[in-house]
Amino acid sequence: MELIRPDTRFDFVGKKKITIWISAVVILISFGSIFLHGGLRYGVDFAGGILLQIKFSKAMDISEVRNALEAMGSKDAMVQKFGEENEFLIRVEKASGDLEEMSKKIQTSLQGRFKDKALEIRRVEVVGPKVGKDLKEKAIWAMVLSFLGIWVYVAFRFRQVSYGLGGIVALIHDIIVTFGAISIFDLEFSLPLLAVILTIIGFSINDTIVIFDRVRENIKKMRKEDLETIFNVSINETLGRTILTSGTVMMVILILFFFGGPVIHDFTTALIVGLLSGTYSTVYIASPVVLVLERYVSKRKKRSR
Amino acid sequence: MLRSLKWKFILYAAISIFAILLLLPTLTSELPQWWTKIFPSEKIHLGLDLQGGMHLILEVEAEKAVESYVERVKNNLKDDLRDRGIPAGKVEREKRDQIILEVSGEKGKWEKLLSERYSIMQELSSSETGGGIWKIVLVLDSKQADHIKKNAIDQALETIRNRIDQFGVSEPEIALQGTDRILIQLPGVKDPQRAINLIGRTALLEFKLMDEEGDLEAALKGNIPEGDILLYQRSVDPKTGGVKKIPYLLKEKTLMTGEVLKDARVALDSEFHESYVALEFDDIGAKLFEQITGANVKKRLAIILDNNVYSAPVIQERIAGGRAQITGRFDTKEASDLAIVLRAGALPAPVKIIEERTVGPSLGQDSIQKGVVSTLISAALVVLFMVFYYRVSGVIADIALILNIVLTLATLALFRATLTLPGIAGLVLSVGMAVDANILVHERIKEELRWGKTPRAAIDQGYHRAFVTIIDSNLTTLIAGVLLYQFGTGPVRGFAVTLCIGILANIFTAVYVTRWIFDFITLKVGMKKLSI
Repeated sequence: MELIRPDTRFDFVGKKKITIWISAVVILISFGSIFLHGGLRYGVDFAGGILLQIKFSKAMDISEVRNALEAMGSKDAMVQKFGEENEFLIRVEKASGDLEEMSKKIQTSLQGRFKDKALEIRRVEVVGPKVGKDLKEKAIWAMVLSFLGIWVYVAFRFRQVSYGLGGIVALIHDIIVTFGAISIFDLEFSLPLLAVILTIIGFSINDTIVIFDRVRENIKKMRKEDLETIFNVSINETLGRTILTSGTVMMVILILFFFGGPVIHDFTTALIVGLLSGTYSTVYIASPVVLVLERYVSKRKKRSR
Repeated sequence: MLRSLKWKFILYAAISIFAILLLLPTLTSELPQWWTKIFPSEKIHLGLDLQGGMHLILEVEAEKAVESYVERVKNNLKDDLRDRGIPAGKVEREKRDQIILEVSGEKGKWEKLLSERYSIMQELSSSETGGGIWKIVLVLDSKQADHIKKNAIDQALETIRNRIDQFGVSEPEIALQGTDRILIQLPGVKDPQRAINLIGRTALLEFKLMDEEGDLEAALKGNIPEGDILLYQRSVDPKTGGVKKIPYLLKEKTLMTGEVLKDARVALDSEFHESYVALEFDDIGAKLFEQITGANVKKRLAIILDNNVYSAPVIQERIAGGRAQITGRFDTKEASDLAIVLRAGALPAPVKIIEERTVGPSLGQDSIQKGVVSTLISAALVVLFMVFYYRVSGVIADIALILNIVLTLATLALFRATLTLPGIAGLVLSVGMAVDANILVHERIKEELRWGKTPRAAIDQGYHRAFVTIIDSNLTTLIAGVLLYQFGTGPVRGFAVTLCIGILANIFTAVYVTRWIFDFITLKVGMKKLSI
């Protein structure tokens, strides 16, 4: 079976002037949204605070939960419906004071007030501000180091610094776009979304390497052609695989998006954007970056001769 | 070629069977007795986010241990100065680790005392302020301070471990994290608040005399007599939930602490049917207690736990035998928890809970169920799609995919790694890469067939070419995964572990196992035309 005709001849990298602008605009929108929102909205995991997930045995109006919290003098607490009619998230974004004590207070007073409604406290998260900061810093460090590792390996395998750089630029592009989407959809950046970012790094670099690999192979075969043509041919040759793989993975994520329940809703939303960006960036970011860098390098070589 | 096919089959089959054996305990709990004796019975460890339970990170305020050590040194120094007749003005602890003292009289005398008995305190400065009074600032040796801190953390870890052991939680995990943090994982704990109270409590038991001559009224207004402290007895009214605080003016000096306890048990008062905690002292404690009670008959002795006065009974007579009791309006749970913390001993320094994550058992089950259902649906779709698109070769790819998941999970079981929600994300990524690897190989073989090659040659070339790509893309991701594991924490690591294992399994299944099947059907079965 053939989904994609094997002899496509799309001029992918020829459109780089347009696509670079598209990317620039998307990145600008991403930064703009993050800026307008006053930075990312960090969840309790990173910002510190209290998160309670409660469930009543019967349907319950959200205002009743709000009233209960107000009655106990918990002004900073925010209530939000979570999935079903009888499940709520209570969030206190506060980075100081005795959080543990406060969480205890909220729990006991809720349990006291809704005695007859069979309240179940399903999840409690209390994160001190220092812990959140530590987690953030360590995660960023781990990512930066893994980027370095990727760059070194790719540069080594392809004998060119530019390939490593192309891959990394594409990765950074994808991460910015995903963060932009997180900000635009007003999702909360918490641990599961960190996992999304890590997953996107994996997919994006995988995609990039597959095309670079074909380029490396074709350079040997097509000695007379210029690099731009080789990139185009390589992208076209691997087009079937790109669409199949991305399509399959996208299908899986869409299923998780629709059937995975509220817990992983944010997770899959961000993943969909990241995956689209990862596939796009391989063709329209990683490849042009390599082309531009290589052209620059060869020009300098000529000049020095 | 055929010969090596056979050997490869034996090797691959052995690995697959071994993996399935490792997975069986996770899949079913009804394995026969003899089974567990021969084969590993380790199940896949589910993270607390999946199975429910409590995750705590405590920070040991080790500085406080230094503080109380210096406080004790100061008290000793005060006594020593008095015993030796050295006239002393103020003797006070400053900051965390300093003592300021003002002494007068013969210089040699106090210098001798300081150098002989207080060599752990270094002299920071000393100056004559006039009138023969010397002001000396001592600071605790920094090595000694570090030693005290380290001891405090080790001891806190040990104490908390003891408490949790006695509390009775199955498979708790208690470990030091970094230099001053303690990680505690309690799977399936029923009453999280109770566990927190038990773990986080300092449980410093002290006996102090009441200052019956002191003016309590004045003290309440902030005028606390020299050498006294003001503490409260908190009593909660069980009906209204209101807290009543009764003030006590006590002598600051601690006569005895919980260090000399041998045992603490819950007992029931036969008269009032109220629970109390019966204390039993060790030999030193018993003697000390006898001395204290003997010397202070008719005075009131306060029993204090974590700066809360529990009771202050009048000493009727000298008490020998080393027994005492703590009363208060406990219910049985409270009394038994109190007995546990007293038996396990006090924490050498207070601890602060800086992170708590509790997942109720029903939520963990919900996440698993939803996750499992949607994962199964998507897995089924992927499997069907591969067969639909690649026909027989798709079946081969499916075998590889399923084997990949089996191998990854088996490895998790083997190394007793923990599967968490981010871990599942890592698994999904690695399965995605496995799908990709199979697609890469198949597309390559198709390409070669299009060039007019025979199936055999196409398979050879296809694998040869795709191999480089698969290795490069997988190794790159593996490098990222290893670095994430090495430098990341908790959730990042959980993700990295399953990703790395998944990638290794992927290289094995997508490159070697499928190759063997292709070789087998073309060479052995003699299939002339590839269904791809």
